[in-house]
Amino acid sequence: MPVRSLEVENLHLWRGERHVLRGVAFALGAGECLAVTGANGAGKTTLLRTLAGLMYPEGGHVRWAGADVRADLRAYQGSLAYLGHEPPLKADLTARENLHYWIGVRRRVSTAALGAALARVGVEALAERLVRTLSAGQRRRVALAALALCVVPLWLLDEPATNLDADGQRLVGGLIAEQLARGGLAVAAIHHSLALPVGQVRQLELAA
Amino acid sequence: MRFTWFHRLGSPPYIYGLARRLTPWFAWSAALLIAGGVWGGLVLAPPDYQQGDGFRIIYVHAPSAWLSLMVYTSMAVAAAVGLIWRIKVAHALAASCAPIGASFTVAALVTGSLWGQPMWGTYWQWDPRLTSELVLLFLYLGYMGLRAGIEDTQRADRASAVLAVVGVVNVPIIHYSVTWWNSLHQAPSVMRLAKPTMAASMLVPLLVMFLGFTLLFLALVLVRLRAEILARERSSSWIREALGA
Amino acid sequence: MNSTPAVIDPFAVGAPEAEVGALAAAALALARDLKLAFRRPAQLLQPLAFFALVTMLFPLSISPELSQLRLVAPGALWAAALLASLLALEFLFRDDAQDGTLEQYALSGQSLTALLFAKTAAHWLLTGLPLALMAPIAALALGAPTSALPGIIAAVGLGSVTLSLIGAIGAALTLGIRRSGVLLSLLTLPLSLPVLIFGARATQVAISGGAIIAPLELLAAMAVFGVTLAPLAAAAAVRISLE
Repeated sequence: MPVRSLEVENLHLWRGERHVLRGVAFALGAGECLAVTGANGAGKTTLLRTLAGLMYPEGGHVRWAGADVRADLRAYQGSLAYLGHEPPLKADLTARENLHYWIGVRRRVSTAALGAALARVGVEALAERLVRTLSAGQRRRVALAALALCVVPLWLLDEPATNLDADGQRLVGGLIAEQLARGGLAVAAIHHSLALPVGQVRQLELAA
Repeated sequence: MRFTWFHRLGSPPYIYGLARRLTPWFAWSAALLIAGGVWGGLVLAPPDYQQGDGFRIIYVHAPSAWLSLMVYTSMAVAAAVGLIWRIKVAHALAASCAPIGASFTVAALVTGSLWGQPMWGTYWQWDPRLTSELVLLFLYLGYMGLRAGIEDTQRADRASAVLAVVGVVNVPIIHYSVTWWNSLHQAPSVMRLAKPTMAASMLVPLLVMFLGFTLLFLALVLVRLRAEILARERSSSWIREALGA
Repeated sequence: MNSTPAVIDPFAVGAPEAEVGALAAAALALARDLKLAFRRPAQLLQPLAFFALVTMLFPLSISPELSQLRLVAPGALWAAALLASLLALEFLFRDDAQDGTLEQYALSGQSLTALLFAKTAAHWLLTGLPLALMAPIAALALGAPTSALPGIIAAVGLGSVTLSLIGAIGAALTLGIRRSGVLLSLLTLPLSLPVLIFGARATQVAISGGAIIAPLELLAAMAVFGVTLAPLAAAAAVRISLE
């Protein structure tokens, strides 16, 4: 089994004049989750986007399994799942169609697997409804269904429990726990604590 | 080790200092050459057999047109360097080139139009070179418009760099298309801004003007570059020292 | 007995069968865009209506005489086609950029160039191709003979391919800029001039009944050139907008 680890050293990034990431560093191994906390504007989203390879740091390195991610960015991005603030769903497609096109570009998924993922997050009844008709919480659950279908070693989650009730937050914790149990890694920017055993979660606080 | 000069060129303080030292050299030699070229073109060169004294505007028109194209190419090269190697100074250089190049293009268009009046009797003809110059002006305006439309400097740099590279690839295609289009509708009388056959006494001042204009561009771009660097690096510490000096 | 059970990597689950090649991914992207467009059929008609409107401006502002309109027909047709395709360009990437699906494309591990090419192809199928099919009607309205119509369809069909490709670059560069419609036109029109020149020339030749193959070949060459380079530039521009 390949060794999986995410190492970040001395990450610096400016957005315009603001020095957003000032020497961020951490090392994450298989089965570990990093909870990134900080006030609004502290750089949580920026950090996640830099980890995803969307943003280019002015200094420092991001290493996945020992190799700099810039060496083969596309392969690295194929082995991660990124969930941003807004669930990337098309309003004019049904929940099932959205998942089909979203995940289908990355890997083939059977109709049964799609249905199972929607059931896992509790929205199988909404599978054939247009996303336009769903509430914010329901859309978030559909996005989590996509996450459940993404069996990839690294999850990058930007406030995954937004718009979710207590039951939904437990769902997020459960999904992450499953990811960690199969040896994957997760980095999540959060405001509230995750429903995970304390031993599995590392903390990183970003100062504004 | 070998590339330390390359890395130094990418350092804003170094370039700022270098630009400040080089500008007077370029500016004075440009002034001398242009003065000499103007005197040579207006006084020394004999009147043209066909066009009389009207052709003399070529001493401003031809260098302006040549430079408008050369500046666009330099801008695209600088932008590409900045895009590929992520060098901020290269982007600052591209940004500095644009208004200067656009000004040369306008100068070429205006002098071309003034030249047209005694030749064709109208201030404008869809001459292939003038039309190409007009399209080039729009390329410059598009570049500057894109820069102005994006607030984040880094993103504006990189987006306009892509545009500059796409533009420079298209310039030969556009030029060929416009020339071909014009050749389809060639009227019997010569409607082009024909260069008179050049005697040495006519040619030498022209070459002097080409060189003078190029040095003028270099002087102007270095001045703008310093202003760009100042604006971009205004919160850096080295700026205070540089301004104090 | 010293055998250790083979440790199965959970992340290699179904790996070879589940892999999606670039072509399959592009086909999926194309299918999605087409499906989305047909869920809002009214929007598909708007560029065509605009094309008809602009065509109508010429007889109203010049003369109702078909013999006079025939002289300006190539220019009028292409000006209308150019403006109609410009209008439709804004929607090429805008929705995907706003809701984050473009970002997911960039992160999918697939070639962004291929995915954007698929989107541009969908855009052409939805706007360029209908324009090419409508062009003969507009040409007839401007006094073109019926013998010219096949040539006109071919010319507008080929030219609109290049227009969509060039427009994709402009659309990608202006993502996220407020009220970018005019800037998009300012960027795209100068680059589209060769298409206009040769397209109008092809139309002129078609109307006067000459050999249309030469300008069509040039239009086809431009389309091929565009297909190879434009998606690359658009992908670079999209990545820049995501930074």
